[in-house]
Amino acid sequence: MGTTASQLGKDLLSEYQELTFLTKQEILLAHKRYSELLSKEDRNLTSVPMEKVLSLPELKSNPFRKRICHVFSTSDMKDGSLTFEDFLDLLSAFSDSATLEIKSHYAFRIFDFDDDGTLDGGDLEKLVNCLTGKTEDTRLTPEEMRQLISNILEESDIDKDGTVNLSEFQHVISRSPDFVSSFKIVL
Amino acid sequence: MAYSVDFNLRPIMELELESLRGDDTAQDSMKGTGLESGSRETLEMEVLTTEGRDRLASQMSDVRERADERSEESIQTNLLVRKRWSTTTLRVLSSMPSRSIGQQSRLEIISQCNIRSTQLRRYHRQTQDVSLSSRPSIRGYGIEADSEDVCEEETKRQELVNNLQSLSAGDRVRLLRATPLSLAEKTKLRKLVFSDKVGQSLLSSQVPCCSLLKRALCHIWFGCLFILSSLQLWQVALKRLGGRFGTGVLSYFLFIRTLLLFNVFLFLINGLFLVLPQAIYPPLHTPSSHRVTGLELFTGTGYLSNSLMFYGYYTNSTINTSCRPDEATAGTGCGTTSDPHMMAYNIPLAYCFTIGITFFITGIVLVYSMSKSFGRSFRVFKSQGNMAIKVFCSWDFKVSKKMSVRMQSENITTQLKELLSEVKGGEEEKGRLSGMAVHLLAWSISLGSTFFCALGIHCFAKYMHLRRLEDAEGEVSVLHEARLLALPGVVSCGNLLLPGLFNLVSWMENFNSPIVRLYVSIFRNLLLKVSILGVLCYHWLGKIAAEPEQHGLQCWESFVGQELYRFLLVDFIFTALYTVFGEFIWKLGLLFTPLLPAVQILKLLLLFHMKKSSLLVNCQASRKPWRASQMSTLFISLLCFPSFLGAIVSVTYTILTIKPSSGCGPFRNLPFMFHSGKQWAQELKSTNHKLAWLNWVHHCLVENPLFLFLLAGVFLMVIYIHTQVLDGQRKTISLLQKQIENEGKDKKFLITSLQAIHEKRQYPLSPSSRPQGSEV
Repeated sequence: MGTTASQLGKDLLSEYQELTFLTKQEILLAHKRYSELLSKEDRNLTSVPMEKVLSLPELKSNPFRKRICHVFSTSDMKDGSLTFEDFLDLLSAFSDSATLEIKSHYAFRIFDFDDDGTLDGGDLEKLVNCLTGKTEDTRLTPEEMRQLISNILEESDIDKDGTVNLSEFQHVISRSPDFVSSFKIVL
Repeated sequence: MAYSVDFNLRPIMELELESLRGDDTAQDSMKGTGLESGSRETLEMEVLTTEGRDRLASQMSDVRERADERSEESIQTNLLVRKRWSTTTLRVLSSMPSRSIGQQSRLEIISQCNIRSTQLRRYHRQTQDVSLSSRPSIRGYGIEADSEDVCEEETKRQELVNNLQSLSAGDRVRLLRATPLSLAEKTKLRKLVFSDKVGQSLLSSQVPCCSLLKRALCHIWFGCLFILSSLQLWQVALKRLGGRFGTGVLSYFLFIRTLLLFNVFLFLINGLFLVLPQAIYPPLHTPSSHRVTGLELFTGTGYLSNSLMFYGYYTNSTINTSCRPDEATAGTGCGTTSDPHMMAYNIPLAYCFTIGITFFITGIVLVYSMSKSFGRSFRVFKSQGNMAIKVFCSWDFKVSKKMSVRMQSENITTQLKELLSEVKGGEEEKGRLSGMAVHLLAWSISLGSTFFCALGIHCFAKYMHLRRLEDAEGEVSVLHEARLLALPGVVSCGNLLLPGLFNLVSWMENFNSPIVRLYVSIFRNLLLKVSILGVLCYHWLGKIAAEPEQHGLQCWESFVGQELYRFLLVDFIFTALYTVFGEFIWKLGLLFTPLLPAVQILKLLLLFHMKKSSLLVNCQASRKPWRASQMSTLFISLLCFPSFLGAIVSVTYTILTIKPSSGCGPFRNLPFMFHSGKQWAQELKSTNHKLAWLNWVHHCLVENPLFLFLLAGVFLMVIYIHTQVLDGQRKTISLLQKQIENEGKDKKFLITSLQAIHEKRQYPLSPSSRPQGSEV
């Protein structure tokens, strides 16, 4: 369970170091920032509600922020709230030393807007809309969107079932050397 | 055959799945079918017997209507349209192994982890007792967690724990870290694994003996890493830049930081082994009177010329630690070697070895980083598709400022629209001939301007030397010293202006893709730099070094060192962006100016802060898309490596063929610089017989060309083997892709069979109104 004490125990710290890709300093910094998020609330809470997490400057303007919270949240109520360990999971997946496999796994889950295990046309459309922004002049026309989605499926759907599953996604990702460096969030 | 798949699956699927959850009869049938027999046909038959008809009535009417409209050929297409799949089909589909990841099925992840740990075990221990299936079975993949699922999960988890316990500690840690489970799960697993080893941390070794030593070493190692990581230079600044401008711009600053750390390291080596001993035991020099004006810092003359900065200061003899400066006589070493407790430090040898080791380490580091970054960006199977990559990989999560996020979105939109229009518009046949002519013109302009620039610099350098000779005969004045800065100034001007001309020229050209434009422009710039540097090297090493008396120089090495120093400074002042020049200069200068890394460190520090402040003040992110990882590959391979090669060639030429000046420096009175090594080898043979084998090794390896040939041969063979392996991998990849396509066809076939059987079952009385396909 997450800890809200002002100090992290040494055992916990070394355990987190072993199980995540974060260094000791990064874990301590994460603990400090997490405690700041909790400071105005009741100290007995073990998880921070999604709105507070979204107020972090690193996530505030990210179009995928809500999906990120939902993917890393282990709460039963599926409300996107994060315990400290969820927060560490988030930072570990987005850290410098995380492997390509972990990053692509979580990227897949973030892009899977309807949580059905594959990226179908609806997911792809929502993804492109997130990328292109909210303003009207940057959005693609419906015609362009259709063309884009069919092109994407043509390129990445190897078994031709109309969706992109995890392996196909990882195959596309492995062709891009930029992914590892752009899928990073640093506190 | 193309089929149109309707993607509005979600509302229907949710509805169906929810209704299924309450259906106990269906679940019973799932359990009862004896799922060990994995045939899909039996499965679907059993499940179909429990369908409730009223739920399907609405769907069936839809299907009936539409089926009548289509021809027989499109029946299969019809059946593939998801809206009209039956609930059973949907349920079977949703529990397919390739989709279970979305429902956060821990079972699937644990199974994958199991497989990987077993593979690791097999690889390490060669045991064959555990045989896990290569594909996780369908068993237990329910949508909700019922009791059988929980049991299944427990067994799998126990298997995983057993597997993990048999792995080595390092492997275990790496496997756990790389598994995409939540941290709470991983903690539980870890506790289970370590439950029989209570209270042991991973740092304690498995071997009882030498455990203390290992633990101590581990502590020291982690302590060093901690210190290194806490010295994160410019961490805050880099984060601000990354958050505002993205990864592309950040890569340039990371490159500067890498260069800086590298320079610090080299400076330490040089300083410890070369500069410090000479500084502690300075050689005797006749004190010359120099007026101290501020200009010395820029020209390197005056009091700096007889200082640690330059080659001429260093003595050519062995320092003995017991001597004192006032006992020394000019030109020879101080004291004698009669005292047995003294340590002798041979300065020429130290000079040779330090410079040699510096170049060697630089070479190794460059090759290693080049191969690593090249390996990252090289892909075995390059396909044409760009859009999927652009959509999945182009979002930079580091960017945090709202303006920059908006700009990034605009960038991506523009790129996507461009790609779409390219695909739609097809290839336009622009006048091929006129394109060729423009390219020819552009290349001739750039090559011509490069040639004339080089020629101009050559003539100007000659002229400046003549002027210097005249000045040297007269009195030394500030103006004369300032004239020394003229050549560096002209060269830097050329370095700045000509690339601008190249930009203009490439603007009028028409390239297929922006990356081709980038490579062409980099190549032209590189050509310019190489030709200028070639001219300068010819001047320094070919003319001045060969006939130093003609140029009125007593110590040509110091002079060349001073020239290099001036170039470094003026280059910094003029061009802060193009570091190719600077890189070459400081590497060549290492031979003649041992303290050059210190100057380079200062220069890089200033460069970083200047560029950073100008970027932040300008507050306009680039409109052009940057491909970050390719940039760093570019920086290292195209910029650093040629300059390193050029410097190596120049230094080797200097050491092997040019006669050192007789009045100064550690290699005076030797016919060639590398003779110091030979001398030392011979001394060693005569004084210390135990180390005579070193001489033999030196003779065999360095002086015998056969060894180099053998080395080159082995190298070529390794390259050939790697290309063959690559070829084979390409073939394998295309075969596997075909296989996956075939599997996809199988899947389609099975789905349509399932649907067809289902429909046939539901409506056995009306075969005429529904022309069935012959899939059953």
